[in-house]
Amino acid sequence: MAEPYAESPLATYTDVLERSSVRGQLRIAEEPFLAQVTVRVDPKSPAAERVGTALGGMLPNQSGEVVLAGDLTVLWLGPDEWLVVGPEGRDRDVQERVTAALDGEHGAVVDVSANRTVLSVTGPRARDLLNKGCALDLHPRAFESNRCAQTMLARAGVILVRRDAEAPSFWLLVRSSFARYLADWLVDAAEEYRSGGGEP
Amino acid sequence: MMLIPCPWCGPRNEIEFHYGGQADVRCPADPQAVSDEDWATFLFFRDNPKGVFTERWSHVAGCRRWFTVRRDTDSNRVLPSEGTQQARTVTT
Amino acid sequence: MSNEFRLADGGRIDRDRPVRFDFEGQQLQGYAGDTLASALLANGVHRVATSNKYGRPRGIMAAGAEEPNALVQVEAPFPEPMLPATTVEVRDGLQASGLPGKGRLATEEDPARYDTMHTHCDVLVVGAGPAGLAAALSAARSGARVIVADADTEFGGSLLGSGQTLDGRAATDWVRRTTAELAEHPEVRLLPRTTVFGYYEDNYLVALEHRGDDASSRQRIWRMRAREVVLATGAHERPLVFSGNDRPGIMLAGSARTYVNRYAVLPGRRAVVFTTNDSAYAAAIDLHDAGVEIVAVVDAREVVSTYWASLCVERGIRIHASTGVVSTSGTDRITSAHLSSLGPEGNHPTSVRQVVTCDLLLVSGGWNPAVHLHSQARGSVRFAEDIGAFVPDGTDQAARSAGAVTGVLATGKCLTSGAEAGRDAARAAGFDAELARVPDSKHAPILAARHLWVVPGSGDSDGTTQFVDLARDATVADVRRAVAAGMDNVEHVKRYTTIGTAHDQGKTSGTLSTGVIAEVLGVGVGELGTTTFRAPYTPVTFAALAGRERGDLYDPVRVTAMHDWHVEQGALFENVGQWKRPWYYPHSGEDMETAVLRECYAVRSGVGMQDVSTLGKIDVQGPDAAEFLDLVYTNKMSTLKVGRIRYGLMCTADGMVFDDGTVTRTAEHRYLISTTSGGAANVLAHLEDWLQTEWTHLRVHLTSVTEHWATIALVGPESRQVLADVAPELDVDNDGFGFMTWQEGNVAGVHARVCRISFSGELAFEINVPWWYGREVWEVLMAGGRPYGITPYGTETMHVLRAEKGFPIVGQDTDGTITPHDLGMSWAVSKKKDDFLGKRSFSRPDTARTDRKHLVGLLPEDTNLVLPEGAQIVEQPELGEPPVPMLGHVTSSYRSAVLGSGFALAVVKGGRDRVGETLYSPVGDRPVPVTVTEPVFYDKEGARRDG
Repeated sequence: MAEPYAESPLATYTDVLERSSVRGQLRIAEEPFLAQVTVRVDPKSPAAERVGTALGGMLPNQSGEVVLAGDLTVLWLGPDEWLVVGPEGRDRDVQERVTAALDGEHGAVVDVSANRTVLSVTGPRARDLLNKGCALDLHPRAFESNRCAQTMLARAGVILVRRDAEAPSFWLLVRSSFARYLADWLVDAAEEYRSGGGEP
Repeated sequence: MMLIPCPWCGPRNEIEFHYGGQADVRCPADPQAVSDEDWATFLFFRDNPKGVFTERWSHVAGCRRWFTVRRDTDSNRVLPSEGTQQARTVTT
Repeated sequence: MSNEFRLADGGRIDRDRPVRFDFEGQQLQGYAGDTLASALLANGVHRVATSNKYGRPRGIMAAGAEEPNALVQVEAPFPEPMLPATTVEVRDGLQASGLPGKGRLATEEDPARYDTMHTHCDVLVVGAGPAGLAAALSAARSGARVIVADADTEFGGSLLGSGQTLDGRAATDWVRRTTAELAEHPEVRLLPRTTVFGYYEDNYLVALEHRGDDASSRQRIWRMRAREVVLATGAHERPLVFSGNDRPGIMLAGSARTYVNRYAVLPGRRAVVFTTNDSAYAAAIDLHDAGVEIVAVVDAREVVSTYWASLCVERGIRIHASTGVVSTSGTDRITSAHLSSLGPEGNHPTSVRQVVTCDLLLVSGGWNPAVHLHSQARGSVRFAEDIGAFVPDGTDQAARSAGAVTGVLATGKCLTSGAEAGRDAARAAGFDAELARVPDSKHAPILAARHLWVVPGSGDSDGTTQFVDLARDATVADVRRAVAAGMDNVEHVKRYTTIGTAHDQGKTSGTLSTGVIAEVLGVGVGELGTTTFRAPYTPVTFAALAGRERGDLYDPVRVTAMHDWHVEQGALFENVGQWKRPWYYPHSGEDMETAVLRECYAVRSGVGMQDVSTLGKIDVQGPDAAEFLDLVYTNKMSTLKVGRIRYGLMCTADGMVFDDGTVTRTAEHRYLISTTSGGAANVLAHLEDWLQTEWTHLRVHLTSVTEHWATIALVGPESRQVLADVAPELDVDNDGFGFMTWQEGNVAGVHARVCRISFSGELAFEINVPWWYGREVWEVLMAGGRPYGITPYGTETMHVLRAEKGFPIVGQDTDGTITPHDLGMSWAVSKKKDDFLGKRSFSRPDTARTDRKHLVGLLPEDTNLVLPEGAQIVEQPELGEPPVPMLGHVTSSYRSAVLGSGFALAVVKGGRDRVGETLYSPVGDRPVPVTVTEPVFYDKEGARRDG
């Protein structure tokens, strides 16, 4: 039997997002099928330490902290809650590792890979674009690289991650059912930069 | 747009939160043992002061944690509190 | 008539950019940099509008947002019903007319775009006059993030219109250099054409930016959170109250000065200046020097300033001390002012009169600090005797006022207080700020003003033409009437007279009305205080407030993985919360009823398929998960075996049904629970609430997984065969795959969780696959079901099928006042558990009543009739005199294919004891008979669920 056809929430938006990007200013794209696993464990327990080790780093323990561990990105979502994001297909491995590290102690490991999709918003205009609908202070003084926050973007809940390498770069993790709404909103908000400020 | 101080995520706009009414309205430990009147008091009766009020909020758009806040209902200002104020009682 | 009142040179207009506009059919010319008001004045047009109550001619009174009179209806480029001519920039193609009392909304759709931007700063400076610019400079040099917002098209505030010098050069030079420096700072944002109109909790301020018709958005709402705020909002000049003080050609003195200096426009040829204070003298001098004949300066004070007197004498301007203008003549324009000498304060005037012809009367009753934003921020105000107006007096917000808003009027003091406020604000925000040097300014000695609320000895003794609020046509007579009716505070008088409630929110009339009321009551002005200042400071359109949240972006539309398929198949959609769910799939030519009957028949006789992905799903994990679920569901979940599924009802502590769904035990310490489509978020919040606050000892974690799964309901007698074909590895036999159990296995090549649950009474399977595979599996099932006539169905068919089985829908058949017992679902309420949410409430006297409303079925006698949902149920065929006792109402109502008739669910008082009775429901003009039945209409014995 052929491999079943998988379709990401924004599969039909690839072109729309591409067109709404402005070279040198703004790029919006879906990063589909990333593995996502929710991890819950008492942060002060030895189990939490074991989980951190199993993932190749420490579980971030500061509000909004992001830890990069190899090809995994671990987001702080709450005082005893993390989201591990990794490349497509890593979900089973991450679940197994974390479950093994918990070693029967109370915690939770849930595959939520398809629960949200990831949009990347990159470029000098990214901050302005997001601030059209996000009330958080995204100035680098207030929201540094490798910080995350759960908040609202327009009328959708998102997990916002700042991932700057060179240009300002954000990840938006949005629930799959809201993905098209959010993509529509982003495309609409980006119109200003398309019609004016972009480089040819 | 008030800022509500989430003890975990920091101050955020009030639209990220769900309001939970008066704090510290303790659910009777054994509901079956209390009188109808006391049960009704727990269910339905709340203070409504002009001035300082201790109330519950949940950061629904963020970390989903319930916590308590002291707010002056007259000035609508949140009063400072120390440390994490995990909510201790429920909303009915 | 072409700019005959325009000076040959000077002003800040761009003479290289003439613009043509249309005012009331007249083609006129102005220049870039003009407001509509200045351009009209340049063309000699004074009469602009008609007052809304008395239809009196009205002219241009001011030069800014405080304008009470000169309202225009703009027709092009886009119709706007009510704008002060003083705030409209002229541009080519502008078409406007004077407001004939009331504005007219546009009938066409507004093509413009409006948007929103959130921003944060360390220091927000509101107002870019001398104080605001100095504040911004101090703050910006510290490296703080600074925003400077000003309503005007360019920064400078009063300096633009005063013609004064700073450091011996034109003040506008300093404005230009300062603005240029600010623009250089990377962390400074300059927002001209931006009115900060609202000041809310925790230094949240909202502003409206006019970006222009050619910008990417015409207007932008800025939502700003500032650590510190500097309010440099300036002051508005106060008019004077005398008979006929509303005629065109009567203008605030400072505004006239602005027209001359900033716009190079002469507002008249022959002017009288009537003042109670020094500031109008500067206007008199500037107008004289620009070529206006100043016939007289009429000063209410006994003693006038020697400084200004000598400047007047040099110019041959005559000053009348202890004198007032008591009335005026003229129709479309003032033609004369009537002077009368005034006695000392409080005394009656003599009757000596002099009539002076003029075409312009400048008035100044002093200055009102623009305390609006300070006051919106719940700052208090006090009456400052020296200026006869209210000034800020402290606030709990991280804010400070600077400049004229604090009651200091000399430019030098405004600059200094601004620089200090900017430094202090930046320091409070944690920056190492220094005081910016402020330029030197000439400053004249200031002689005390006279507070003159109503000019005594006015020509009209009943006060009917002594206007207090020109925008509202409210007069001294109205104030007297209010006081005579017993009103003795400003809030009451405001509501009685409507003073201060027009578009300008009393910017010129507010303090004045307090003074007039105080005078009528015989009390001090400070004792009365002001009315409450509320946002918005200036009118804001709903379009701007809505921003992009309109049309498709008004509210999120949530869709499932299979949404595009539904669209392609021509489904009509129903909104369920924010979800779009297929409602029904009409074949060509089918109406809704036909389509739904067809879909229902297909499910009951063959096989149908529904997208049920929208149901909420929560993963419940932990050693105490079973105990937790026992507490939140009315029935027992701890006894559920791994591999099995149970229906569950959730109540709130008051015993009322809150939500329902299935509970699937996936492992010893793990469950997956489902919620209603609209209830998912509320259920999660409710569960977290109890878990985090009351039952903190329970080791349970909740994770929402709603969108992880795409969920397909495969329903009907042929569903087993369809599934067997598509999932050959699954044991789909009734023995191997019993009702209310689940299995994992490949469906269409995708690893799936398949549950045997049914919401229709038919044999049914619910197939869960990760979202990504939803559409693929759906299509494979559709293809596999084709030989069996598989029919996709929507929510309407689902509703009919479940109602035929008497399954209630929480939120449709319940409304927060219905218990499980009311629903006849006592079977789902455990008698064995010590406690669960709602249990205690079932024995409350009100909840235990036997005559509560019960869920029952209704069959209309007329089998063709489908009762409207919401229809009332009454006892008698004749309604009789009101009040008619209501027994309940219809909660769900449909036409049934299998029953061949209409049927309904309803909640009816004591309904279960009325089964078999005939009751009535008023439909149309008369009650129709209905028979009360058990709520289960079809397959009462449940024979169909196993196929």
